[in-house]
Amino acid sequence: MNQDIFVAIEHLRGKVSDISYIMLAATRVLAQGTGGKVVAIVLGHEAQDLARNFNADQVLYADHPLLSDFIPEAYQKILAGIIDEYKPRAVFFGHTTIGMDIVGGISAQLGLPLVSSVRTIETDRKLVSQICGGKIMAECELPEPTALITLVPGGYKPELGQSPQSPPITAISTQMLDGLRIKLNQYIEPETSDVDISKEPLLIAVGRGIQNQDNISLAEDLAQALGGVVCASRPVVDQGWLPISRLVGKSGSTVKPKIFLALGISGAPEHVEAITGSDVIIAVNTDPAAPIFNIAKYGTTVDLFDLVPALTEQVKQTKG
Amino acid sequence: MNIIVPVKLVPDLVEELTVDAGGTALDTAWLRLIINEFDDHAIEQAILLKERTGAHVTVVSTNFEGIDDLLYTAAAKGADRLIKLNGDFESGINNHALARALATIIRDLKPDLILTGVQAHNDLDGSIGPLLAEYLGMPYIGYVSGANVSGEKVIVRKEYPAGLIGEMQAILPVLLGIQAAEQPPRYVAISKVRLMMKTMNIEEMDLGALDSTGAPIVNRMFQPEAAERAMMLSENADEAASQLVTIFKELGTL
Repeated sequence: MNQDIFVAIEHLRGKVSDISYIMLAATRVLAQGTGGKVVAIVLGHEAQDLARNFNADQVLYADHPLLSDFIPEAYQKILAGIIDEYKPRAVFFGHTTIGMDIVGGISAQLGLPLVSSVRTIETDRKLVSQICGGKIMAECELPEPTALITLVPGGYKPELGQSPQSPPITAISTQMLDGLRIKLNQYIEPETSDVDISKEPLLIAVGRGIQNQDNISLAEDLAQALGGVVCASRPVVDQGWLPISRLVGKSGSTVKPKIFLALGISGAPEHVEAITGSDVIIAVNTDPAAPIFNIAKYGTTVDLFDLVPALTEQVKQTKG
Repeated sequence: MNIIVPVKLVPDLVEELTVDAGGTALDTAWLRLIINEFDDHAIEQAILLKERTGAHVTVVSTNFEGIDDLLYTAAAKGADRLIKLNGDFESGINNHALARALATIIRDLKPDLILTGVQAHNDLDGSIGPLLAEYLGMPYIGYVSGANVSGEKVIVRKEYPAGLIGEMQAILPVLLGIQAAEQPPRYVAISKVRLMMKTMNIEEMDLGALDSTGAPIVNRMFQPEAAERAMMLSENADEAASQLVTIFKELGTL
């Protein structure tokens, strides 16, 4: 039986996504357990140079003009064909806006088991998933025969998925891609805004705990006193209380400030993955079990509505 | 146009979650269930499309405690038809089993468009949307934050990192995984929900035999142990504020 581990590489507009390197790093751990090779699968058009720095034993490269951009239907069709042909021991997908669009369809189409939200792989081939907003972990055995796995960031460093040596690249023929029902019309760039939160050194982030739009001014006041910028997690942006340019998380920005002050943010994985590059995370949340405390350096369970006005006042006094 | 919105209930993360005595599942005794927030956005997007195109909206869900309130609330927002699905799933139901069962039921509803939440926080075998789409032979686009129907096509906004949007178009029928509706889910007055309880009928259907093949078997569930938990500051607001001022000074921010 084929013990190789495949990685469905993700790239967007000519750039390999970090999750691809994180997957290659994770796959090394699993390949040691199975004794197989690490094989990266790249779908694209004139894109084989993307594979140059992969920490992989082999690259399978499928080229087609319709694969230059991500189209779920096309990617699913080609990847399902490759998986069905090679029958590897496992295939990694990113738990991302790309991987999650296609892995379910492949599972249903080929009748293969699917384990999602996996964060770490234990050396005895156990998979550990992170669910319920990061509050619960679930462990399962690597299912037979070919396990489809979606990986969330956080368990492995992307640097470990890179190598100075180019892996051998094998071009493979693609199936017909006619009759697609989905097409990409265009990319729409994010609206340019007053601030670029990915470059700000001091961020005051508000989450669901801020409760309503009027309360955002509390964070604004503190940001003004400290010389920082206000940003938010998904629920706040979905409510329209702050623009998407201020969103930190999966569809928003990845940030790396000196200080990230999280007010009323629980620390769901989609948010946490975008803030781990911060120097110091300070968490304010009334729920002592909030996962944000597991990554924060400092924390308090004081109600943010008591803390923030007091803090703003003291900062102002200190500054004179 | 027929829009079907499959929705589900998930544990409320505001409540404390505990693992049951068997150590492989959540303890359901005290579990409070709420609508999956992404499903709430899917309902909103369906109602927005109904307002624009005059579509007929059917909301369908498995019969868990609290489901009637959820369905009547959807009706108060504008859903035309409510269906709850009965079956043997007291101990939970995974997405592979649910998608297979839903496919049989939804196929008969002749959908042009299916909208469902892009994910649920307790998914362990992928999200429901792509599975259901494949069982129905439909294409799928997920992480959608806006959709417009024009003729036989739907134009959608698919989200990518850093605020980038991919505008895609698909030929109906299609299944969309909704990340966010174009506007926040609307609020409805409780009086309107009560009115629906009197005037709307919830149809009941049988989910049939469930086939869980494709989902993993959990052999251990546990709460994460932090490698390094945060250093906790004072429980008193003024003291915590002054500790933070000291920290800001040490970090050179003040």
